[in-house]
Amino acid sequence: MELLIAIIVGVLTACGVYLSLRGRTFPVVLGLTFLSYAVNLFLLIMGRLTIGSPPIISENVMHYADPLPQALVLTAIVISFGMTAFVIVLSLKAFLEMGNDQVDGKHKP
Amino acid sequence: MNLSLIALTPFLGAGFVAAISRLGRLHAAWGSGLVTLIALLLLFPHATDAFTGQVVVHSISWIPMLGMDFAFRLDGLGLLFSLLILCIGLLIILYARYYLSDRDDMGRFYAYLLMFMGSMLGIATSENVIQLLIFWELTSLSSFLLISYWQTRHESRSGARMALAVTGGGGLALLGGFLLLGQIVGSYNLTDILASGDLIRSHDLYLPMLILVLLGAFTKSAQFPFHFWLPNAMAAPTPVSAYLHSATMVKAGVFLLARLFPALSGTSAWFWLVCITGLVTLVVAAYIAMFKHDLKGLLAYSTISHLGLITLLFGIGTPMAALAGVFHIINHAIFKASLFMAAGIIHHETGTRDMRILRGLWRYMPHTALLAMVAAASMAGVPLFNGFLSKEMFFAETLFVINQPWGWLLPAAATLAGIFAVAYSLRFIHNVFFDGEPTDLPKQPHEPPRFMKVPVEILVALCLLVGIFPALTVEPILAVAASSVLQGPVPEHDLAIWHGFNTALFMSITALVGGVILYLIRKPLFVFQEHMEKLLDFKALFDFLIEKLFHLANTVTHFLDKQSLQRMLFVFILFMMVLGITGMTATDYNYNLTGERSILPVDGVSLLIALVLVMAAVSTVVLHRQRLISLVLLGTVGLGVSLVFVKFSAPDLALTQLSVEVVTIVLMLLALYFLPQQSPDESGKWLRSRDAIIAMAAGCGVALLAWAVLTRPYRSIADYFLENSLPGGGGTNVVNVILVDFRGYDTLGEITVLALAGLGIYAMLEHLKIAGASHDSEGRAWDKDLHPVIMASFARLLLPLALLVSVFILLRGHNLPGGGFIAGLITAVALVMQYLANGVIWTQARLPINMQLVIGFGLLIATATGLASWIFGYPFLTSTFSHIHWPVIGEFELASAMAFDLGVYLVVVGATLLILIYLGLVHHQSHQMKARKRIR
Repeated sequence: MELLIAIIVGVLTACGVYLSLRGRTFPVVLGLTFLSYAVNLFLLIMGRLTIGSPPIISENVMHYADPLPQALVLTAIVISFGMTAFVIVLSLKAFLEMGNDQVDGKHKP
Repeated sequence: MNLSLIALTPFLGAGFVAAISRLGRLHAAWGSGLVTLIALLLLFPHATDAFTGQVVVHSISWIPMLGMDFAFRLDGLGLLFSLLILCIGLLIILYARYYLSDRDDMGRFYAYLLMFMGSMLGIATSENVIQLLIFWELTSLSSFLLISYWQTRHESRSGARMALAVTGGGGLALLGGFLLLGQIVGSYNLTDILASGDLIRSHDLYLPMLILVLLGAFTKSAQFPFHFWLPNAMAAPTPVSAYLHSATMVKAGVFLLARLFPALSGTSAWFWLVCITGLVTLVVAAYIAMFKHDLKGLLAYSTISHLGLITLLFGIGTPMAALAGVFHIINHAIFKASLFMAAGIIHHETGTRDMRILRGLWRYMPHTALLAMVAAASMAGVPLFNGFLSKEMFFAETLFVINQPWGWLLPAAATLAGIFAVAYSLRFIHNVFFDGEPTDLPKQPHEPPRFMKVPVEILVALCLLVGIFPALTVEPILAVAASSVLQGPVPEHDLAIWHGFNTALFMSITALVGGVILYLIRKPLFVFQEHMEKLLDFKALFDFLIEKLFHLANTVTHFLDKQSLQRMLFVFILFMMVLGITGMTATDYNYNLTGERSILPVDGVSLLIALVLVMAAVSTVVLHRQRLISLVLLGTVGLGVSLVFVKFSAPDLALTQLSVEVVTIVLMLLALYFLPQQSPDESGKWLRSRDAIIAMAAGCGVALLAWAVLTRPYRSIADYFLENSLPGGGGTNVVNVILVDFRGYDTLGEITVLALAGLGIYAMLEHLKIAGASHDSEGRAWDKDLHPVIMASFARLLLPLALLVSVFILLRGHNLPGGGFIAGLITAVALVMQYLANGVIWTQARLPINMQLVIGFGLLIATATGLASWIFGYPFLTSTFSHIHWPVIGEFELASAMAFDLGVYLVVVGATLLILIYLGLVHHQSHQMKARKRIR
C-alpha cells in the first residue's frame, strides 16, 4: 500500500510540474491544482498510513490515525480552492486586458 | 485609572470622529475637542503625582520572554510634553474648524489629527523604549497622512513622501540604537536605562548605539543635513504645520535627547556630535530663513534653526544648559504655533503667502498684525517676551567654553544666529504689515472670523505672561520637567528679565542691533543668496538619490524577472530539484531508502482506484490541449483523491475534498466559457521533452521521498491532541477540535485569507463586461434553452434537503466528521446548484443577500468568540463548553468553539458564493449583450 500511495503522489507531482511549465494560463491552473492534490496527499501520509480508524474518540478504541496532518490538510484544501479561484479569475482578467492567455513572455500585449 | 488610556484615547477617538463626521460638517471638530478634553481629564489625576517629583509607571506584561512590557510612565518631562501636545492640540482643533473650507473632508482631517496626537502622547509617556519606537513610527505614518491631506496636489504628496522617507529611515536607525541599548543595559525599560548611565557610557557598543539613536533624533527634529524634509512638508494645511512643527512632531527628536540625556550625555562623543549638529543647524537655517519669500517657508527654516538651538543646548550638556533647553522647548512651542496660525490667517484672508506680494496689511487686519508682532518679537528674543528669557540663558551657556582654544567661536556663532533671527523676524512683520500698500492681492484682505483668532490670542497672551512673570507662570512645570531630564536636583537658576550688565545681555543687544542693520541692508544679500541657492539644493539631491534608487531597483528586477511565468517557474522548479538531489546524494551519513516499518498489504479495490487515478491524471496531461476534456478528467482525479482520503481514515478530508471539487470544477467551467477552448501547441518538441524529463524527475523524487518516509517509524505529537480532545475541547472529532480549538488562531488566519481571496476576486470581476463566444470551438451554436425545466424544478426541490444536511453537518462537526468548513462548502454547493439551474437573476431575486456582509459577519463572529475569552481573563480564543439538558431532545453539548465554527461556516459560504455569483453575473451580462446584438 505504501508503494501504491507513493506512486500516486509521484504521478500527481509529475503531472503538476509538466502542466505548470506550459505557456498558457489554463494548463498552468490545472498544473497548480495537480500540485495541490499532490501536496495535500503528501502531507496526509506524513502521519503514516492507517486504515479504518479515523481520529474520532470512542470507547474501546486504542489506536487512531494521526489527526494533526488531517487538520493541516483540511484547511489547505480550502485555501487551495481560494488560490485556484483567484488564479483562474486573474487569468481571465489578464486574457481580457491583454488579448491573449500566454505566460511565456514572448507574446506581450 | 491607567496611564495607557491617555495615549489610547485619541486613537479610539479617531474612529469616533470619523464616524460622526457623516452626521454634519462640524461634528468632527466638536468631537475632536471632546476627545482631547477627555484625554486632558485623564491626565490630571496623575499630574499631581508627577508634580511632586514622583514617577508613575503602569505596565502590563506583553512578551515577558523578551523583556517586553506594555508600559507607560509619567514624570515631569512626560507631563510637560503631554500638556503641550494636548493644550496646543485643543487650540489647533478650534483653529482648523475655521481654516478648513467646505470642500475639505473634516472627518478625515480630524481623525488623522487625533491619530497623530495619540502617537505623540505615546512617545511622551512610554516607559518601554521599543514601545516608544512604535509610537515614534506611528507619528511618521500619521504625519504622512496629515501632510498629504490635500491628496490631489503634487507638492503635498511629494512633501509627505519625503518626510516619511527621512523620518522613517531615522526610525529604522533608532530601532537599531534601541536594540543595542537594550543589549547593553539588559532591559528596555527607561527606569533601568536612566539608572545605568555609567554602564552605558563605558560600554564598547556605546559609540555605534549613540550614532544610531542620534540619527533617529536628528532626522525627526530636522537637523542638518536632514533638515530638507521640513520646508517641503509645508505643503500641509496650516493647522497641521502649526501643530507638527511647533509643539509635536519635530519636538519628538529633542524630546528623545532630553529623555536619554542622563544615560547618554557626558562624553566627548556626545558633546561633539550633538553640539556641532546643533550649531550648524542653528546658523545655517537662520541664515536661509531670511531669504524665504514664502511666509511658511520662513517659519519652517526658523523652526529648524530653533531646533538646532535646543539640540546645541543639550549638546553642551551642563545641567543649566539642559534646563535652558527644556525652557526653550516650551517657549518655541508657544510662539511658533501662534506664528504659524497667524501666517495661516494671512493666507486665508489674502489668498497668498508670498512676501513679494504681501505688504501693508496693518490697515486691513490690525488685530492680527498686533498678535503676529508679539509672537515675532518673542521669536527674535526681544525683552519682555518669553523667547528672550531662554535665549538669554542660551547665550550665557555658550560662554562656558570661552577659555578653551577657539572657544570664542561658539558664542560668536550664537550671536550671529541671533542677528539672523532678529532680521527674519523683522522681515516677517515689516514686509507683511507695512512697506507700502498691497496692490495685486488675490483677495480683498480683512480680519478673519472672531474665533479663528482666539487660539492665537491665548498663545500670545502666554508669550507675554511667561515673558514678564516667568517665576509665577512657567517655573513649577519647568523645574519638575528639568529635574526629570537631569534625574537629579535642578541647578540654581533665576528666571528674571534683568540679571544686570553681563556678557549674555551684551550678546542679546548685539543680536538686536545687528539684526535691524542686517535687515536694512538686505537687498545686496538677496542677490548674493539667489546665486548660492542654485549651488546647494538639498531637495534636488534627495530627488536625485531617490531616482537612482528606483533605477537600481528596476535594473535588479529586470535582471531577475524576464516577464515570463514559464521561465520563472522553470528556474524555480529546477532549483528545487537541485536542492532535492543535493540532499538525497549527500554522503555524510548512510541510509537505506526503505525503512524498517512493516508494510500494509494491497487490496484489489485500492489497486483499481489507484489505476483509475493514475490513468486520469496522465490523460489530463496528454489531452490538456482539449480544455473541456482535460477539465472533466481533472474532476475524476479529484474524486480519486477524496477516495484516498476515505481509505486512510480521513473522513473530514474526504468530505471537504468532494465538495471543493464540485465548486472548483463549476468555477473553472464558468471561466473556460470566456477563455480559448483549446491550447495550441506552441512549445516545440525539444521544450516538451525537456519539461517531461523535469516532471518525471520531480515525480520520482517526491515518490522516493514519500516511500522513504512511509517505511520509517515515527513519533507524533498526536497523542496530546487525542488525549485532550474530549476532556479539554469537549469534542470527539479530534480534527475539528484541532481546527476550532487547539489551533483556532491558525484557522482564524486561514478564513481571513479565504475572505481576502473572495474579495480580491470580487474586485477583479466587478464592472467587468465581456461578450463570450456565441459558438463553441467547432462552430456549433450554444443551446438557447438556458435553464432546462426538469433540472430547475429538481434543484428547487433539493434545496431544503441540502440545507438541512449542511446544518446537520455543521452541528455534529465537533463530534463526528463535519464542521464549519465542510458545512459551508455543502451549503455553497446547494446554492450554486440553484444558480446553475435557475439562472443568476432568478436566484438573486430570491436570495438578496450581500455576500461581502456574510463574509464580514463570519470574520466578526469568529474574532468575537476569540475576544470573548479575554473578558473572562483567558488567552485569546480559549474555548469552553458545557452540557445542557433540553426537553424532548435530551442532553446537548454547547461549546464556544461552535460559535467559532459558525464564523468559519459563514466565511466559507460567503467567499465561495461571492466568487461564483460574480463570475455568473459576468456570464449573464455576456448573454444579454449577445441577445441585444441579435435583436439589432
